[in-house]
Amino acid sequence: MNLALVLTLGALLFSIGIYGVLARRNAVLVLMSIELMLNAVNINLVAFGAWFQDKLAVGQIFALFVIAVAAAEVGIGLAIVLMIFRNRETINLDEVDLLKW
Amino acid sequence: MNGYEWMFAGIALAAGISGALVVSSRNVVHAALFLVATLGSVAALFLLLGAEFVGWTQILIYVGAIVVLLLFGIMLTRAPMGRMALDNPNRGIAFVVAAGTFGVLTWLIWDAFGDERIPLKSVVQTKDIGKSLFDKFVLPFEAISVLLLAALVGAIVLARRD
Repeated sequence: MNLALVLTLGALLFSIGIYGVLARRNAVLVLMSIELMLNAVNINLVAFGAWFQDKLAVGQIFALFVIAVAAAEVGIGLAIVLMIFRNRETINLDEVDLLKW
Repeated sequence: MNGYEWMFAGIALAAGISGALVVSSRNVVHAALFLVATLGSVAALFLLLGAEFVGWTQILIYVGAIVVLLLFGIMLTRAPMGRMALDNPNRGIAFVVAAGTFGVLTWLIWDAFGDERIPLKSVVQTKDIGKSLFDKFVLPFEAISVLLLAALVGAIVLARRD
Protein backbone atom coordinates (compact mmCIF):
# COMPACT_ATOMS: atom_id res chain seq x y z
CA MET A 1 0.00 0.00 0.00
CA ASN A 2 1.24 3.47 -0.80
CA LEU A 3 2.61 5.34 2.23
CA ALA A 4 1.61 8.74 0.87
CA LEU A 5 -2.07 7.75 0.67
CA VAL A 6 -2.18 7.03 4.41
CA LEU A 7 -0.29 10.24 5.20
CA THR A 8 -2.76 12.17 3.02
CA LEU A 9 -5.65 10.81 5.10
CA GLY A 10 -3.78 12.07 8.18
CA ALA A 11 -3.37 15.50 6.57
CA LEU A 12 -7.09 15.55 5.70
CA LEU A 13 -8.15 14.80 9.27
CA PHE A 14 -5.66 17.38 10.59
CA SER A 15 -7.06 20.06 8.27
CA ILE A 16 -10.62 19.19 9.30
CA GLY A 17 -9.49 19.60 12.92
CA ILE A 18 -7.95 23.00 12.15
CA TYR A 19 -11.22 24.11 10.52
CA GLY A 20 -13.18 22.92 13.56
CA VAL A 21 -10.91 24.70 16.05
CA LEU A 22 -11.11 27.96 14.12
CA ALA A 23 -14.78 27.89 13.10
CA ARG A 24 -16.60 26.52 16.15
CA ARG A 25 -17.81 28.67 19.05
CA ASN A 26 -18.81 25.93 21.49
CA ALA A 27 -15.86 24.90 23.68
CA VAL A 28 -16.84 21.19 23.70
CA LEU A 29 -16.86 21.16 19.89
CA VAL A 30 -13.40 22.77 19.87
CA LEU A 31 -12.19 19.95 22.15
CA MET A 32 -13.63 17.41 19.68
CA SER A 33 -11.73 19.06 16.82
CA ILE A 34 -8.53 18.87 18.87
CA GLU A 35 -9.16 15.13 19.27
CA LEU A 36 -9.40 14.88 15.47
CA MET A 37 -6.01 16.61 15.10
CA LEU A 38 -4.38 14.31 17.68
CA ASN A 39 -5.79 11.31 15.83
CA ALA A 40 -4.28 12.55 12.58
CA VAL A 41 -0.89 12.63 14.31
CA ASN A 42 -1.44 9.04 15.47
CA ILE A 43 -2.18 7.97 11.89
CA ASN A 44 1.16 9.46 10.83
CA LEU A 45 3.05 7.74 13.66
CA VAL A 46 1.55 4.31 12.97
CA ALA A 47 1.99 4.65 9.19
CA PHE A 48 5.66 5.57 9.50
CA GLY A 49 6.10 2.74 12.01
CA ALA A 50 4.62 0.24 9.55
CA TRP A 51 6.86 1.67 6.83
CA PHE A 52 10.11 1.43 8.86
CA GLN A 53 9.34 -2.07 10.24
CA ASP A 54 11.64 -1.47 13.22
CA LYS A 55 12.11 -4.02 15.97
CA LEU A 56 11.09 -1.69 18.81
CA ALA A 57 7.78 -0.55 17.23
CA VAL A 58 8.60 3.03 18.22
CA GLY A 59 5.83 4.52 16.10
CA GLN A 60 3.12 2.54 17.83
CA ILE A 61 4.55 3.24 21.28
CA PHE A 62 4.53 6.97 20.63
CA ALA A 63 0.97 6.67 19.34
CA LEU A 64 0.07 5.10 22.70
CA PHE A 65 1.74 8.02 24.51
CA VAL A 66 -0.22 10.49 22.38
CA ILE A 67 -3.46 8.66 23.26
CA ALA A 68 -2.61 8.91 26.98
CA VAL A 69 -1.81 12.63 26.68
CA ALA A 70 -5.07 13.15 24.77
CA ALA A 71 -7.01 11.49 27.59
CA ALA A 72 -5.35 13.74 30.17
CA GLU A 73 -5.96 16.79 27.99
CA VAL A 74 -9.65 16.15 27.49
CA GLY A 75 -10.14 15.52 31.21
CA ILE A 76 -8.54 18.81 32.22
CA GLY A 77 -10.17 20.67 29.32
CA LEU A 78 -13.67 19.54 30.25
CA ALA A 79 -13.06 20.43 33.91
CA ILE A 80 -12.08 23.95 32.82
CA VAL A 81 -15.11 24.16 30.50
CA LEU A 82 -17.42 23.11 33.33
CA MET A 83 -15.91 25.73 35.61
CA ILE A 84 -16.32 28.46 32.97
CA PHE A 85 -19.94 27.39 32.47
CA ARG A 86 -20.57 27.53 36.20
CA ASN A 87 -19.11 31.01 36.52
CA ARG A 88 -20.28 32.67 33.30
CA GLU A 89 -23.33 30.65 32.17
CA THR A 90 -21.87 30.25 28.67
CA ILE A 91 -19.17 28.23 26.92
CA ASN A 92 -19.15 30.25 23.72
CA LEU A 93 -15.48 30.98 23.29
CA ASP A 94 -15.96 34.47 21.84
CA GLU A 95 -17.93 35.52 24.93
CA VAL A 96 -15.24 34.32 27.33
CA ASP A 97 -13.03 37.41 26.94
CA LEU A 98 -12.06 38.07 30.53
CA LEU A 99 -8.35 38.33 29.73
CA LYS A 100 -8.90 40.58 26.71
CA TRP A 101 -8.28 44.29 27.27
CA MET B 1 -5.76 -2.09 -6.62
CA ASN B 2 -5.45 -5.03 -4.26
CA GLY B 3 -7.62 -5.93 -1.28
CA TYR B 4 -5.71 -3.77 1.17
CA GLU B 5 -6.15 -0.72 -1.01
CA TRP B 6 -9.89 -1.27 -1.44
CA MET B 7 -10.21 -1.57 2.33
CA PHE B 8 -8.14 1.56 2.80
CA ALA B 9 -10.35 3.43 0.31
CA GLY B 10 -13.47 2.47 2.29
CA ILE B 11 -11.88 3.44 5.61
CA ALA B 12 -10.60 6.76 4.25
CA LEU B 13 -14.02 7.59 2.79
CA ALA B 14 -15.77 6.83 6.10
CA ALA B 15 -13.20 8.76 8.14
CA GLY B 16 -13.24 11.79 5.84
CA ILE B 17 -17.02 12.07 5.57
CA SER B 18 -17.70 11.56 9.27
CA GLY B 19 -14.81 13.89 10.17
CA ALA B 20 -16.28 16.63 7.97
CA LEU B 21 -19.67 16.06 9.63
CA VAL B 22 -18.07 16.45 13.09
CA VAL B 23 -17.07 20.01 12.30
CA SER B 24 -20.18 20.93 10.30
CA SER B 25 -23.04 19.26 12.19
CA ARG B 26 -25.60 21.62 13.73
CA ASN B 27 -26.36 19.38 16.68
CA VAL B 28 -23.70 18.89 19.34
CA VAL B 29 -24.74 15.32 20.17
CA HIS B 30 -24.69 14.36 16.48
CA ALA B 31 -21.18 15.82 16.25
CA ALA B 32 -20.09 13.56 19.12
CA LEU B 33 -21.62 10.51 17.42
CA PHE B 34 -19.89 11.36 14.13
CA LEU B 35 -16.68 11.64 16.15
CA VAL B 36 -17.26 8.03 17.23
CA ALA B 37 -17.52 7.02 13.56
CA THR B 38 -14.31 8.87 12.68
CA LEU B 39 -12.35 7.39 15.57
CA GLY B 40 -13.67 3.91 14.75
CA SER B 41 -12.54 4.27 11.13
CA VAL B 42 -9.10 5.33 12.30
CA ALA B 43 -9.00 2.28 14.59
CA ALA B 44 -9.81 0.09 11.58
CA LEU B 45 -6.95 1.78 9.72
CA PHE B 46 -4.59 0.94 12.59
CA LEU B 47 -5.67 -2.71 12.41
CA LEU B 48 -5.11 -2.65 8.63
CA LEU B 49 -1.59 -1.31 9.16
CA GLY B 50 -0.80 -4.18 11.53
CA ALA B 51 -0.95 -2.15 14.74
CA GLU B 52 -3.35 -4.36 16.63
CA PHE B 53 -2.72 -3.11 20.17
CA VAL B 54 -2.95 0.56 19.15
CA GLY B 55 -6.16 -0.18 17.23
CA TRP B 56 -7.94 -1.76 20.18
CA THR B 57 -6.54 0.86 22.56
CA GLN B 58 -8.00 3.49 20.25
CA ILE B 59 -11.44 1.86 20.56
CA LEU B 60 -11.12 1.50 24.35
CA ILE B 61 -9.72 4.93 25.20
CA TYR B 62 -11.21 7.18 22.53
CA VAL B 63 -14.60 5.63 21.84
CA GLY B 64 -15.03 4.18 25.30
CA ALA B 65 -13.69 6.96 27.50
CA ILE B 66 -13.06 10.26 25.72
CA VAL B 67 -16.32 10.42 23.75
CA VAL B 68 -18.30 9.47 26.87
CA LEU B 69 -16.49 12.26 28.73
CA LEU B 70 -17.33 14.69 25.91
CA LEU B 71 -20.99 13.61 26.03
CA PHE B 72 -21.00 14.31 29.77
CA GLY B 73 -19.53 17.72 29.00
CA ILE B 74 -22.33 18.37 26.49
CA MET B 75 -24.99 17.27 28.97
CA LEU B 76 -23.63 19.32 31.87
CA THR B 77 -23.36 22.52 29.82
CA ARG B 78 -26.23 24.05 27.91
CA ALA B 79 -25.86 22.82 24.32
CA PRO B 80 -27.53 25.18 21.87
CA MET B 81 -28.57 24.07 18.39
CA GLY B 82 -28.22 25.75 15.03
CA ARG B 83 -25.41 27.10 12.96
CA MET B 84 -25.18 30.59 14.42
CA ALA B 85 -25.03 29.26 17.96
CA LEU B 86 -22.25 26.79 17.23
CA ASP B 87 -20.11 28.49 14.59
CA ASN B 88 -18.10 31.67 14.40
CA PRO B 89 -18.91 34.32 11.82
CA ASN B 90 -15.39 33.94 10.39
CA ARG B 91 -16.05 30.46 9.04
CA GLY B 92 -14.80 31.43 5.59
CA ILE B 93 -11.34 32.39 6.83
CA ALA B 94 -11.17 29.13 8.80
CA PHE B 95 -12.03 27.19 5.66
CA VAL B 96 -9.33 28.98 3.67
CA VAL B 97 -6.73 28.26 6.38
CA ALA B 98 -7.73 24.59 6.57
CA ALA B 99 -7.73 24.15 2.79
CA GLY B 100 -4.34 25.85 2.57
CA THR B 101 -2.91 23.56 5.24
CA PHE B 102 -4.29 20.51 3.47
CA GLY B 103 -2.90 21.64 0.11
CA VAL B 104 0.59 22.36 1.45
CA LEU B 105 0.73 19.12 3.47
CA THR B 106 -0.49 17.00 0.55
CA TRP B 107 2.00 18.55 -1.86
CA LEU B 108 4.82 18.02 0.66
CA ILE B 109 3.82 14.40 1.37
CA TRP B 110 3.58 13.41 -2.30
CA ASP B 111 6.81 15.24 -3.09
CA ALA B 112 8.72 13.43 -0.32
CA PHE B 113 7.08 9.98 -0.10
CA GLY B 114 5.21 9.70 -3.39
CA ASP B 115 6.48 6.25 -4.35
CA GLU B 116 7.23 4.63 -0.99
CA ARG B 117 5.31 1.45 -0.21
CA ILE B 118 4.24 0.13 3.20
CA PRO B 119 5.27 -3.57 3.32
CA LEU B 120 2.18 -4.76 5.32
CA LYS B 121 3.76 -8.15 5.86
CA SER B 122 3.76 -8.45 9.63
CA VAL B 123 1.44 -7.67 12.52
CA VAL B 124 3.15 -6.12 15.54
CA GLN B 125 1.88 -8.24 18.40
CA THR B 126 0.99 -6.97 21.85
CA LYS B 127 3.88 -9.04 23.23
CA ASP B 128 6.38 -7.04 21.17
CA ILE B 129 4.81 -3.73 22.23
CA GLY B 130 5.03 -4.78 25.89
CA LYS B 131 8.64 -5.88 25.59
CA SER B 132 9.64 -2.64 23.91
CA LEU B 133 7.60 -0.48 26.28
CA PHE B 134 8.97 -2.01 29.47
CA ASP B 135 12.52 -2.33 28.19
CA LYS B 136 13.50 0.78 26.29
CA PHE B 137 10.65 3.12 27.14
CA VAL B 138 10.16 2.59 30.87
CA LEU B 139 11.02 6.16 31.80
CA PRO B 140 8.53 7.85 29.42
CA PHE B 141 5.95 5.27 30.49
CA GLU B 142 6.36 6.21 34.14
CA ALA B 143 6.33 9.90 33.24
CA ILE B 144 3.03 9.44 31.40
CA SER B 145 1.61 7.61 34.44
CA VAL B 146 2.50 10.55 36.68
CA LEU B 147 1.02 12.91 34.08
CA LEU B 148 -2.27 10.99 34.10
CA LEU B 149 -2.35 11.02 37.90
CA ALA B 150 -1.70 14.76 37.95
CA ALA B 151 -4.43 15.32 35.35
CA LEU B 152 -6.86 13.24 37.41
CA VAL B 153 -6.17 15.21 40.59
CA GLY B 154 -6.26 18.49 38.68
CA ALA B 155 -9.60 17.69 37.04
CA ILE B 156 -11.15 16.83 40.40
CA VAL B 157 -9.79 20.02 41.99
CA LEU B 158 -11.03 22.16 39.09
CA ALA B 159 -14.50 20.68 38.74
CA ARG B 160 -15.44 20.23 42.39
CA ARG B 161 -17.83 22.68 44.08
CA ASP B 162 -16.49 24.00 47.37
